[in-house]
Amino acid sequence: MAKTKNAPIKPHSASNHNAAPLSLVNTHSDKKATIGLEYMTYEQLEEFGEELNAVRQRVLDDLGQKDADYIRRVIKVQKASEVLGRIGIFMPFFPPAFIAGILFLGLAKILDNMEIGHNVMHGQYDWMNDPMVDASRYEWDNIAPSKDWKHGHNYIHHTYTNIHGMDRDIGYNMFRIDEDQPWYASHRFNLPLAFILMLVFEWGIMYHGVELDQYLQGKITKEDFQGRKKRALKKIRKQVFKDYVAWPLLGLALVPFVGWWAPVAILVANIVANVIRNVWSFIIIFCGHFPAEVQTFAEEDAQNETRGQWYLRQLLGSANISGHKPFHVLTGNLSYQVEHHLFPDIPARRYPEVAEDVKLLVEKYGLQYNTGRLSKQVASVIRQLAKLGHKPDDPYKIGNSPESKALRRAKREAAAARREEEARAPQLTS
Amino acid sequence: MGIIRKALSSRPVASLTSPHTIDHYLDQIHPMLAAENVRARVVEVVQETGDASTVILRPNGAWKGFTPGQHVQFGVEVDGTRRVRCFSVSSSRAAKKGTFSVSVKAHPDGYVSQFLHHELKPRTIVYLSQAEGEFVLPRDVPDNLLLISGGSGITPVMSMIRTLRDTGHQGRVTFLHYARSRDDEMFTADLDALAEAANVTVMRVYTRRPAPGAELKGRFHVDHLKHLGIDPTDTLTYVCGPAGLIATVRDTYTELGAADQLRLEYFKVPSVDLDAADATGTLTFDDARIEADNSGATILEQAEAAGLKPEFGCRMGVCNTCVVKKNHGAVRHVISNEISANTDETIKICVHVPVGDVNVAL
Ligand SMILES: Cc1cc2nc3c(=O)[nH]c(=O)nc-3n(C[C@H](O)[C@H](O)[C@H](O)COP(=O)(O)OP(=O)(O)OC[C@H]3O[C@@H](n4cnc5c(N)ncnc54)[C@H](O)[C@@H]3O)c2cc1C
Ligand code: FES
Repeated sequence: MAKTKNAPIKPHSASNHNAAPLSLVNTHSDKKATIGLEYMTYEQLEEFGEELNAVRQRVLDDLGQKDADYIRRVIKVQKASEVLGRIGIFMPFFPPAFIAGILFLGLAKILDNMEIGHNVMHGQYDWMNDPMVDASRYEWDNIAPSKDWKHGHNYIHHTYTNIHGMDRDIGYNMFRIDEDQPWYASHRFNLPLAFILMLVFEWGIMYHGVELDQYLQGKITKEDFQGRKKRALKKIRKQVFKDYVAWPLLGLALVPFVGWWAPVAILVANIVANVIRNVWSFIIIFCGHFPAEVQTFAEEDAQNETRGQWYLRQLLGSANISGHKPFHVLTGNLSYQVEHHLFPDIPARRYPEVAEDVKLLVEKYGLQYNTGRLSKQVASVIRQLAKLGHKPDDPYKIGNSPESKALRRAKREAAAARREEEARAPQLTS
Repeated sequence: MGIIRKALSSRPVASLTSPHTIDHYLDQIHPMLAAENVRARVVEVVQETGDASTVILRPNGAWKGFTPGQHVQFGVEVDGTRRVRCFSVSSSRAAKKGTFSVSVKAHPDGYVSQFLHHELKPRTIVYLSQAEGEFVLPRDVPDNLLLISGGSGITPVMSMIRTLRDTGHQGRVTFLHYARSRDDEMFTADLDALAEAANVTVMRVYTRRPAPGAELKGRFHVDHLKHLGIDPTDTLTYVCGPAGLIATVRDTYTELGAADQLRLEYFKVPSVDLDAADATGTLTFDDARIEADNSGATILEQAEAAGLKPEFGCRMGVCNTCVVKKNHGAVRHVISNEISANTDETIKICVHVPVGDVNVAL
């Protein structure tokens, strides 16, 4: 191979996604992204980006034993509460222990999914080089296989946060949660559907990760889709077998002493524990991006964005929930959603400390920092779901109106024309 | 413990603990308690020379033992980070039950070797792999055996010769070892004692400060074999040590048509050049066995240019999709300009450019 000296890599570039399947780089125009111009100038955006880079680096340089001890302590509590939970639900003859067992098991699943699973799978603890907290190896106690969740969450959602048509987590293809989403008749059922999804949230996450919609739209290949389906089925088998077959079967040993219903009680306890986790994670996650004050973005505005603009999009596109320390741990520190979106790969226990720096910058540039108590954020999400479920007056906001259809057709044709042009001049796109 | 361990590692137990393993739970009770994770407690750290130590270890029940010549991946945790390096077992397989040892030479800027030599305390728990490696004696050791080593490369062959001694091996064994001086030599007392045995010849060559009246001098040369009366074509030979020594021995054996008698082991100690100019050095994709001149682009881009297809997502250091293990070498983060030079750490290849020679597990 010849030794060619490449042009040095442009520092602080956020949109160097040269070969990513979805790209925020507009290959036809180097027009700068317009995100954040209502708050600051391009120079200020650049400076803002550098200031946040410095905050991130400061935390990275300080990572060490205390962070390792922390995550191991959480894992210890998680495992202990799981074991206590399993023991408790084996005592259906003694209701206090049985109910405590269900609660412990629910707590264990919450800790496993939130403070441990979600954060470990972001690579927050990769620096420890410990296989137990390694992002590529961790598998969580959840129906959704980690591999596909990581793709949809870490990559798609965290990179293209709140950009319409790119971030599949805006309303999860199910709800209308933002003014700029087109309205369909199914959105009339925003609220009841949300309630049902809350109870079976882990199944929803799994289904979201299979990406059937993307496959039907031709956006992912058949192999990709089938791989996702296969992984999902395998994980479903394992999770269902464990919670709803193997553990209840062990309960058969109790039948002579307790009665025929012992395995059924254990089965029900497992279901309830899973539902507890589902409800909790649903609430926390919906409060992270769906309260009214959270902003969404158009793809055109984000094309060719700088790192500062990418940071700003994360800041404006997320919302925090205030609360006490144990509350934050239970949310996996996703109550610091803003800080999490700015720095998805630094250990979540550092978000409270980072929040101080973020707030200073928010003040300095006169930005918006979305936060509020849990009750306030939940109420806001419910109001949004209710309000946006109504049919809008503007025909352009209705997905099936002739006006919207014409608009989409025009967009499709423009895109096709662009592709053709690209095919003719491939060197331009590299 | 055998049956219990088998039961704990069985499928029914795995399906009850899924998606985790039983070791995730046992680890919470005590780190030494494990069905499959090999862990060991440090019994003692013995200074061999001014810059080398032997670490005596008592492994947990998951350890399946070793064949002389094999190495282990040895992990120590310092300030929350586990650092893993390969070290060859140096003790005899027939040694005191329940322990084995590795011996380590401290490298000037080396992290783990310095730590083991200076700071490792008895009772510390270390994280191991099972013994691995093909650099081992055959089941039936032939009558003529030659072991050649240089510097810290003595460790695996030391394990071989100690085991042969302890198992009453009768065939002829010649041990040819190169060290800078007698002070730099590990296992001196043991080598002196081994030399007493009738079937064993121990020949030590001190390259910097030869012993007065030494029979052999300087670096390895075919004359050294002649002097020892060795015919390479009918002598099974093991060599371990610096790359230079191994290369000379290999060339000599090839020339003499004895290459099939030769077994080699490299201790690849990586070199790091923090001051390397932009776009110099070689980028090695270890798994694919491809080497490319460092072009100065990100490792992801260079891998793609070399025809590999690593996984990626955001290409901006956010999503963690592209992480791979960097085996060794220094890299620079394109956004923060931070340089990391640790051996065996994971990096996001979309935002790192190599500084000098870098080896990644791609
Ligand atoms: C199969 C096998 C078996 C082995 N068996 C043994 C054995 O039995 N005994 C033994 O002693 N070794 C053995 N080794 C070598 C061992 O694994 C390590 O490579 C060696 O001990 C160095 O590790 P380290 O952590 O001390 O150095 P590292 O921290 O990995 O550094 C590697 C090199 O880079 C340089 N370096 C690191 N960081 C910097 C920096 N910031 N600036 C400048 N230079 C830097 C150091 O000088 C050092 O030479 C074996 C290797 C292999 C592959
Ligand atoms: S591709 Fe997303 S971190 Fe490298």
